[in-house]
Parts: sequence; C-alpha cells; structure tokens
Amino acid sequence: MKSINTPQELEKIRKEIVDGRDPEKPCIAITSGTSARAYGSEKVIDTLRAELKRQGLTEKIGIRITGGQGFDEREPLVIVYPQDILYQQVTPKDIAEIVSETLLGNRIIDRLLYTDPHTEEKIANKDDIPFYKAQTPYIFGNNSNIDPTSIEDYFAIGGYSALAKVLTEFSPEQVIDIIKKSGLRGRGGGGFPTGIKWESCRNAPGNKHYVICNADEGDPGAYMDRGLLEGNPHSIVEGMMIGAYAIGSDEGYVYVRYEYPLASENVEKAIEQLREYGLLGKNILGTAFNFDIKVSRGGGAFICGESTALMASLEGKVGEPRAKHIHTVESGLWDQPTDLNNVETWANVPLIINKGVDWYTSIGTEGSKGTKIFSLVGKVKNTGLVEVPMGMTIREIVYDIGGGIAGNGTFKAVQTGGPSGGAIPASLIDMPVDYDKLAEVGSMMGSGGMIVMDDKTCMVDIARYFMNFLKDESCGKCTTCREGTRRMYEVLDAIIQGEGKEGDIELLEELSWVVAEGSLCALGQTAPNPVLSTIQYFRDEYEVHIKEKRCPAGVCKALITYSIDEENCTGCGACKKVCPVEAIAGEKKELHTIDPDKCIRCGACIAACNFDAVKVE
Amino acid sequence: MIKFTIDGVEVEAEEGQNVLQVALDNGFDIPHLCYHEALEPYGACRLCQVEVTRGNRTRLTTSCNYPALEGIKVQTGTEKVMKARKMVIELLVARSPNVPIIKEVAEEYSVETPRFTLEDDDCILCGLCERVCREIVGVEAISFLGRGSDRKVGPPLEINPQTCIACGACVYICPTDCIKVEENENERTIVRWGRTLPMKKCTVCRRSFAPWFQLDYFGKITEGIPKDFWDKCPDCR
Repeated sequence: MKSINTPQELEKIRKEIVDGRDPEKPCIAITSGTSARAYGSEKVIDTLRAELKRQGLTEKIGIRITGGQGFDEREPLVIVYPQDILYQQVTPKDIAEIVSETLLGNRIIDRLLYTDPHTEEKIANKDDIPFYKAQTPYIFGNNSNIDPTSIEDYFAIGGYSALAKVLTEFSPEQVIDIIKKSGLRGRGGGGFPTGIKWESCRNAPGNKHYVICNADEGDPGAYMDRGLLEGNPHSIVEGMMIGAYAIGSDEGYVYVRYEYPLASENVEKAIEQLREYGLLGKNILGTAFNFDIKVSRGGGAFICGESTALMASLEGKVGEPRAKHIHTVESGLWDQPTDLNNVETWANVPLIINKGVDWYTSIGTEGSKGTKIFSLVGKVKNTGLVEVPMGMTIREIVYDIGGGIAGNGTFKAVQTGGPSGGAIPASLIDMPVDYDKLAEVGSMMGSGGMIVMDDKTCMVDIARYFMNFLKDESCGKCTTCREGTRRMYEVLDAIIQGEGKEGDIELLEELSWVVAEGSLCALGQTAPNPVLSTIQYFRDEYEVHIKEKRCPAGVCKALITYSIDEENCTGCGACKKVCPVEAIAGEKKELHTIDPDKCIRCGACIAACNFDAVKVE
Repeated sequence: MIKFTIDGVEVEAEEGQNVLQVALDNGFDIPHLCYHEALEPYGACRLCQVEVTRGNRTRLTTSCNYPALEGIKVQTGTEKVMKARKMVIELLVARSPNVPIIKEVAEEYSVETPRFTLEDDDCILCGLCERVCREIVGVEAISFLGRGSDRKVGPPLEINPQTCIACGACVYICPTDCIKVEENENERTIVRWGRTLPMKKCTVCRRSFAPWFQLDYFGKITEGIPKDFWDKCPDCR
C-alpha cells in the first residue's frame, strides 16, 4: 500500500481506482449488515461465490458486499448491475436463478421483486420503490455504493476529499464557522448546535484536546448509528478528523457499545486501512495536522451513552455520570477539553464541507437543518432505516415511506426519542418532524427511533415497558432516579395487572416531577417523559385500566379474556392443538371453548385460527 | 471573596467553595447525607437541593456541588425545595425504614409512611465509604458494583479486598452505621467487606494496636521515618 503524502497524491490514487473500474462490468451487490445477517445473508454470499466459481465467472462478475441499505425487513437485498434490478428477501435457493436469468440472461425474476401493496405493481428499480423514492439519503445512500471494508471504495466515491479541502483551504476557525453556519445540531438526541460545541472546546484552555464519537446507541428500536458504522465507517472517521483539526485535537476515540460487534470490527478495519495509506499519525497529507484514533468498547450499559458516563467508562472507571456544572468541552476525558459527538453528527460533517453551507441549509426547517435518519419500526408496513429532510411530516414518513399501518389496524401513535421521548397521537400526524416542534408536543427527536403504534397497542403497557427499561439501566447513583424509576414501574405494573388504585395517576405525576427535577443526569431527567406524554394524550386509557380493570387495546394479559366466537368456529381443532396449557376443549366439528382459568393469553390460538374465531375482550 | 445571598442573607465564600459548605458555615441547616467536607462532593443523595437564581434563570439544584458564584441568590426553603426534599426522603424511607439517620430526617421533615412497599436496606449508597477509601486513605479497596437497584458497595469480585488496610475510615464515616468492625487481641475484621487482618503487638506495652498490613502500607507511603517507629503503639512512642 503506497503512502499518501499530499492531497495531489490522494487525487491521483482516487483517479487510478476510478479509471481502473468498468462501470459496465456486471456486478452483484448483496447487503450484509447485521439485519441481513440475521436473515442469513452470509449463506447467500457463500452460495453466490460458489455458483460463480462453478460457472467460471469469478473474474467476469464483480461481487460487492455492502452494509445495510435501509429496507431491513426485506433483506438480504440483491442488486444486479448494470441493470440496477433490486431483489428482496433473497435466499441461497434463488442464487442460481439470479445468475442465469438476470445476470447472464437479462431477464427479471418477478417473484423476487418488491410488490407495491396498494397498486399490486411489481417494481424493479430501487429508486422507483416508494420506500426509497420519498427519501433524501444524502448520507445513508452511500451505503449502497461501497463495501465498508474497502477504503478504495470510499476513495472512489470521493472519500477524504473533504478532509483534504479542510487541511489545505481552511483554518480551524473557518471550519468552525462553516459548521456553525450550517446549523448542524447534535443527532444523538440533545440537538445542541455542533458549531458552538466545537468553538467552546477549541477555546477551552489546555494543550490536549480530545474528540469522541458516541456510538453507544442505546434507545430500544433505534439502530441508525449501527447502520452507518457498519455500512460506511469512513464517513465517521473523516468527520472526526475534520472536527479534530477544527478543535485542535490530535487524538480521537470511537466508543462503540459492546452489542455492536460488526460495527466495531468495520471501524477497526477502516482505521487500519487508513493507517496503511499513511493517513493517520503525523503530518497527514503533508500538513502539520497530526491525528490518531482508537476504538473503545462499552460493557453493556445504556447509561454509558451519557457523555460524562461514557468518558468515565473510557477512562476505565465505573460508568456513571457526574454533575455538569463544568461542561465536558472544558473538562472531559482525563479532565481535558473534549468534544463528544454522535455518529450521525460526524457523518454530516464531510457532506457539509463537500456540498457547502448554502446547499445544506436549503434542506430542513429554520431551526433544524439537514436530514435525519430514523429507524422506522413497529406496526408499519415498511420497516427499516429512512433518511428524510427535517420538517417532513409524520404522515409522510409513516405512509409515503412506511407504506402505512401493517395488518388491519388503525394508526394510534408514534413514539419518538426512545425512553427519553414521548408518544405523539394520531391527531398530530401532520406535524413536521424537527427538534423544536417535537419538544413542543412533549416528545423529542432523540436519536431517531420512530416506533409506530396501532389500536392494538396499549399505551399504559408502553409506559410500563419504557419504565422497566429505565429502571434496569439507571446507574443507581442518585436517589431520585434509582428509587423513583423503579417505584414508577411498580405503580405502572400494578395498573396493568388490574391492581390500579384511585390516585395512581397523580402519584405517577408526582414521582415524575421529582425524578425529572431532582436527577443528576439526562437519563433520570427525561425518564418520566414516556409516562407523562402517554398520560397527556391517553389519560382515558389509564383511567379505564384503573377504574374498570379493562385494557381496550386487548394487550394487558391480566385484564383480557379469550373466548371462542360461536358463529365463526368450525370445530377444526387447530387452536386445541397449539394451546400450550391445554385450556381448549371441544370435539371435532363442534364449538370449542377456552377455560379462562387455564388460559395464559399467549395468543397461539389466535395465530392458529383461520376463521377469526378467537375473541379478545 | 465571592459574595452571594442565602435566603436573603449576604454571605462570603472563597474561590472553589461549594454552596452547601458555605451555607453550613453560616448556620443554614440544609440536610445532606452523602456530603463530607473532607471529600469531593458526589451529588448522590439529592437531599441538599436548593433553588439557585443566576442571572434571570432559577433552577433546583444540589448545593453540595454547585459552585459559589458572585451574585447568585440561594433559597433553602421554597415550596419547590420542600416538595423535592420530602419526596427524596419518602423514597429513602421506603428503601431504608429502619436506618436511624433516615428516621431522623423523616421526622424532621414530617415525612410519614411512604406510599411504596417498604424494604429494609441498611445501606443508602451515599458512597462516603468508597470516597474516603479512594481519596484519603488511597487504597481503593472498595467500589460501587452493579447498576440500578442492584447497586451496592463492595470489594472487586466481592471477595476479600486485597488492598484494604482495615483502617476503619469507612466504619467511621458511614452515616447508617452498617459497616461494622470486630476486634480481638489477634485480629481485626471489617465485617461488611469480609476483611480480616492479623494485629501487631506493641514492643513496649505488648498490646495489639494495628494490623501488620496497615503498618507496612504506612511505611511504604511515608519517608524519613525510622523503621522501629512502626513497632510501638501511639501511646508508647
């Protein structure tokens, strides 16, 4: 590997790589991020390699293994070039056919195409699929074009040109000015103006400054950062190097949560390859800029996504936060000025440098510029990672991109901001998604988790779910969070068990107040949000649980009964066969019955019945 | 000197002081459980919360780690403060109803039966033991273990703490008195951590006065002290 010592050499290598590639060469791309792997993508890849070898095509056909490309529930995705045909949910059995029919025979395999559920139309090109069409994937889109373990692929799409530009054309202060003018705000959830953070850090006295990438991504249901780190780790490293130059740092850390082995592995590989090209260490690209970077793994604690707890963990201490009367930009890692930013925030930086402030500020709203990657999950037809301009409405995201509610439910609410956020009811579906608007309605942007809920979702159970998570993840240092969250959980658990009492809602509100006002860090300070927002918008649901001991959504097991509808039951016995506790009795062709004392409401009979005969009330 | 007010009364502080210490020095009775003037403030118990007005912003904050700043207005007994204080006490009583100091604080602030199921934990996780061991004694024999409601203090891996010198600083500083020490002629045990050390006898009066391990440690961290200094008990030196 030749060492790249000047920006001119970088451009030369880039040109060599691009010129050496034939855009018309047939190529098969396969997604193989964590989602795809869970669906068996590695076996699909092995089968493809074997098939190409068997047919003597290994030299003629390119294979590109990419990270996730957003449509996670349909992965592994296989895209055949140069025709640009997208196949979904590909299995090893489909490979031989894809090679012979599409790759060699130029014929499309209908059954592997995406089918629009509204028009029944089969769509072959990725950009025509509604899920992709309505997005603006300026950042996440690159996942489709590179193998994350190939720095040459990243060079080929212009990688590190932003760094070269910054090192040769701008002073650190000018870079800070650019980021300030761009309006970039922290994508980890806090939404703090990034440029101002960088400026405060640069101005903090001290001759050692650190930059950190917070890849602890702990919100349940949120995996945008995973998608970026697995699929395009260099975009983050390049962003960090630009930030380090601006702040006056020569040392960076990527703190990856323990539960992301593939992300960690791909970032390590990216760093290794960067080093092989001489782009880490001293005098990068022949300038006075020195920088090196290491990956640090978390130990499995949500609290370590909080910046002071993360830094304690990085230092090898117990991962618990400290009071922030003195900010980390002044005294952070090893008491030195430290700039910590989220994965997606870093990924925005090269984009802003390359495309410029005017372009960037043309996207988004007044107070929230640029795009946001959301993990659109829950009761929605199209599940996956989506990148949209700030200001797009919830309706557009859930319906145009998400395809609407899955199954035959009706839209009830959307939860944003994870355990620090809140539920947004259907009545607010036309609100634009931006930092300030979400805060106004009692939720928050958070890291980007967007959980879609339908009428079969119990909002009291949702509050209980988040409180359970928070009480388990509380570091336990301060009384209010440690004791408060678990006492709140106890009250919620009693309610869903049918033991709610008059005054429980008021008790929850009181506890919410002291936990929010009295806790040391943002985990505790925002912990009551899911409870408060569900009480705000769904108070009647709480009251029915408490006063009538009833769960309207049919979820809380202690409050529902399963019974068999006389009209629909055909006596087929399918339910009886699957019942794990033998609660169903009945002769063939005769009405079956469920014994309410034995029934554990597991739902197996509902899934087994083809006649919709099991009623829940 | 930094000048600010507490409950309307003007007070003076030095650079680097925290609001709680200044308040206590001036006779203001702000309750606190995890603060000790010889140790770094920790901010864990949340009992010392007060309202602080700085510029045009007023917020509820712990006073033990809030810096004394020129012109701030501190209020120790507002409605908000009392509400927060009482709820914190209620949560502590529910956790540790039989601990004397908790019962005292509950009575002082008229907190009666908590609205939560009672438990019986003898430790309030104030961290004073951990901090005195790390900051003053310097042996870091114990640390916080676990998370959330499983959080506790103990030696690494919950086995015999290898660096503990059985000095008893943790026993002395614990506000709930849950760290006990037992001693006879031959050995001293810090019961809670399971640390037993053999005692050295004074060469003059023949009474045991300190563990061998502890005296070895003091010998290592001090300079210019003759070795036989550690052979005699403090009374016979």
